[in-house]
Amino acid sequence: MRRIDEANAEAHRRILAAEPVLADVRLARDALPRLGDRTILHAGPPITWERMCGPMRGAVAGAIVFEGWAKDLEAATALAASGAIAFEPNHHHDAVGPMTGMTTRGMAVLVVENRAFGNRAFCTVNEGLGNVMRFGGNDAEVIERLHWIATVAGPALGAAIRERGGIPLKALIARGLAMGDEMHMRNAACTSLLLRELAGDLADTCEHDLGRILRFVAGNDMFFLNVAMALAKAAVAPAHGIAHSTVVTTMARNGTDFGIRVSGTGDRWFTGPAQMARGLLFAGYSDADANQDIGDSCITETVGLGGFAMAAAPAVVGFLGAGRLADAIAHTRRMAEITLGPNPEWRLPTLDMDGVPVGIDIRKVLSTGVLPVINTAIANRLPGRGQIGAGVVHPPMACFEQALVAFAELNGVA
Amino acid sequence: MKTDDLLESEPRVINVGLRSFADDLAACNVSVVHVDWSPPAVADPRIASLLAKLGG
Repeated sequence: MRRIDEANAEAHRRILAAEPVLADVRLARDALPRLGDRTILHAGPPITWERMCGPMRGAVAGAIVFEGWAKDLEAATALAASGAIAFEPNHHHDAVGPMTGMTTRGMAVLVVENRAFGNRAFCTVNEGLGNVMRFGGNDAEVIERLHWIATVAGPALGAAIRERGGIPLKALIARGLAMGDEMHMRNAACTSLLLRELAGDLADTCEHDLGRILRFVAGNDMFFLNVAMALAKAAVAPAHGIAHSTVVTTMARNGTDFGIRVSGTGDRWFTGPAQMARGLLFAGYSDADANQDIGDSCITETVGLGGFAMAAAPAVVGFLGAGRLADAIAHTRRMAEITLGPNPEWRLPTLDMDGVPVGIDIRKVLSTGVLPVINTAIANRLPGRGQIGAGVVHPPMACFEQALVAFAELNGVA
Repeated sequence: MKTDDLLESEPRVINVGLRSFADDLAACNVSVVHVDWSPPAVADPRIASLLAKLGG
């Protein structure tokens, strides 16, 4: 047991020691060298075309048309079903993606460097709200916007970021927590802070479409979500692969399955059915319209943000159907029961400046029966119809049970 | 000990589970020992056994 505690202490130390910096925006073909041709990265654990949900299939068809591998959506769908396209999790390439999480070679990705450990993580640029590929959107408007992000907005943002020498993110997150963000379902403050950091350099370096780029960022309260996801991935990655550690280093969903990975059990996924989020739906929608939980965005919860920092975001609790501020505080307090300790650099004013709870221990989840709480958007189960609500969701307990059994076998415990 | 004896003598209590019960008794100068126990959250005996061995 002592070696488990020591391994977990090291995992916790590494997560807290992260120094994430938004370093660049590059095309995925340059940033992710192992991402091959005719390969689509997706959110969540591994999944085949046959088991993909509606939004994921719609996004895949759109990604194929975007890359020019098929001339239209019908041909793209046939190509996807034929086995000619390789599907891999973003997580297998040090990347993450919100909702359907499509990442292909021609897309622009944010690059976050963890300068404390020298590792990098990647996430596509947030497309905006409404008809977008992350919700399964795949029409001409979606494709054109992705091309504009890849060829105009992405390079411009990258040039501005490089001009600054990168944007340190740890302090920005701390300010955002004090301003009402939790970095999963509320990113208004951090989006604004980031735009303030970049605006001057963007104005100096931008060659085309400066006004459109500024409005693109400023008009999307969720722009920072993708930065936060890459930040979280970069921060937690050094904590993965520590022998004897029971800390969760990946949580992700593909719209069909929920998967976790644990530091001390390597790259093996432990999966169970993706759950239905419970919260508030937009007018005119019912539970029958909702897709199962989907996205890599719960990487934020693995580093104490999102649902774990719900006490930071009084403005979002009602929108999530989570109740009053007291309920949000209770959620964060409860997460302290299943984590190793607080992050003293990310403090919550509503909790008398206690730090966000960090380092999910599978043993604590199983012994308390308390599951990680995740704040999430709710997607329409039909592709391309967008978001229909928001709520809270939990992983299935089966993931943690499987992980414990595997960990025990690996450590010679019967 | 007969039942009547129990009712006529000073109670000596072993409290299992919720600590506040023991605190209330102690506040009334009742002799009480608290046992820190909670029912296992895990229904699967195999998981419970592994947890016990792994410090969970």
